Amino acid sequence: MSEAIQQPVEELQIDPYAYPLEALNPAQPGLFRLDAHLPMLKRLREEDPVHYTAESEFGPYWSITRYDDIKYVDMHHEIFSSEGGITIGDQDEDFQLPMFIAMDPPKHDVQRKVVAPVSGPRNLAALEPTIRQRVCEILDSLPRDETFNWVEKVSIELTTQMLATLFDFPFEDRRKLTRWSDVATAAPGTGLIESEDERRAELLECLAYFTELWNERAARKEPGNDLISMMAHNPATKDMLTRPMEYLGNLILLIVGGNDTTRNSLSGGVLALNQFPDQYDKLRANPDLIPNMVAEIIRWQTPLAHMRRRALVDTELGGKVIKAGDKVVMWYVSGNRDPQMFENPDAFIIDRPNARSHMSFGFGIHRCMGNRVGEMQLRVAWEEILKRFHKVEVVGEPVRTFSAFVKGYTELPVRLIAK
Amino acid sequence: MPKITFIEHNGTAHEVDAEVGLSVMRAAIDNLVPGIDADCGGECSCATCHVYVDAQWMGKVGQPGDREESMLDLNPEREPNSRLSCQIPVTEVLDGLVVKVPEFQM
Repeated sequence: MSEAIQQPVEELQIDPYAYPLEALNPAQPGLFRLDAHLPMLKRLREEDPVHYTAESEFGPYWSITRYDDIKYVDMHHEIFSSEGGITIGDQDEDFQLPMFIAMDPPKHDVQRKVVAPVSGPRNLAALEPTIRQRVCEILDSLPRDETFNWVEKVSIELTTQMLATLFDFPFEDRRKLTRWSDVATAAPGTGLIESEDERRAELLECLAYFTELWNERAARKEPGNDLISMMAHNPATKDMLTRPMEYLGNLILLIVGGNDTTRNSLSGGVLALNQFPDQYDKLRANPDLIPNMVAEIIRWQTPLAHMRRRALVDTELGGKVIKAGDKVVMWYVSGNRDPQMFENPDAFIIDRPNARSHMSFGFGIHRCMGNRVGEMQLRVAWEEILKRFHKVEVVGEPVRTFSAFVKGYTELPVRLIAK
Repeated sequence: MPKITFIEHNGTAHEVDAEVGLSVMRAAIDNLVPGIDADCGGECSCATCHVYVDAQWMGKVGQPGDREESMLDLNPEREPNSRLSCQIPVTEVLDGLVVKVPEFQM
């Protein structure tokens, strides 16, 4: 943990009641690293659900923390724009990566439609046996009777293999995808990359690699079912290579969206079942609960803590006036713990009746496109884990991601307990 | 009460009594019809209550509104008779309505 805390702890607002309400700033990556973000979000939900932070490392911004308000913002894309960026931090002005998640209609709709079929029912049904086979291979190769990092050996490996399949990416090079995913969202100076220049250099390598894949796929007469072929052959996007930064932007979107999220949910589920052992008992007694548990894992983990919008016009919400141009952060991680929506919200309850109403996928036109792919991976993984092991036991403290956006883990030490 | 028939992807039909004033989605959920997820609870914001309206009923059911259109438009499984069932209020006129449930909600 020595490198884990970048800011001195005393600068972090760990006890939210020790500060005046107006000073509260939930967008502190260090809070998420310490798993100390929830008390402040609770105070904001109760006392100031539409909250303005005047100063932060990301500039001024609004925080929306109640379930219903978040849903309202998400659904009103004509007021709250995604154009130009969907995380609290802005992209570098001289390294802009356009991607459809950060576009408004009509361009968003046109580009999303090109790749959406990858997570359609037909493709999913075709993918499931492949996924199951790979899950089995990964689980059967795990070390017995020793402690290992679940994130590295299972979560990353499984989601990276899946992503390589969706791109029809050279399998032996698949860890490049993991690397690019991490580099795209990491804060400089936190161990992964040292500077923005380093990030750019690695992402341009990603672009160069994928440009070769595009050219190879575009040259094929019969387009494949993979994401690159879909873009290279669809009339709406087949000229995208003439806008390389837009190609790179959409690649990053698909790589991060298809990787970090499922990866961290796969780790989060193990942690949750260890923190709530009665739920692990319930699961062993009734594996039919797996589909609902998957929804509950995605709620409890909330692998992306927020999405950001920007107000296009002056608008009122919760009695506050949000000015045109203001940044508005929807804290999904808070909406998913709103007691008005979820009874006993901090508890992990695998048969929670309304688990599927979680907001981790967002609502409205930007709702997660790969939700069914992610759910399928998690379901298959848990089906096969339950067949093999009595328990995946967490035997040490997890190390969490230093980010107010990606809510995840870099280490989760576990041991397998045989059936 | 008007009767509505939901036909699953595998052909299984479910005829349910639907309460006037509530949505077609609600009739499915209240009667435990499989294949309608309705994750958002009926606010036209998740598109997981997608149904295909039987061709002869499209005239009575009507076309989607703007917000529904923007959600439906993103679904690769969308057909000309696609609707979000949370946006169809049950009325006496819809007695006998038949809708098909897609293989998966997206």
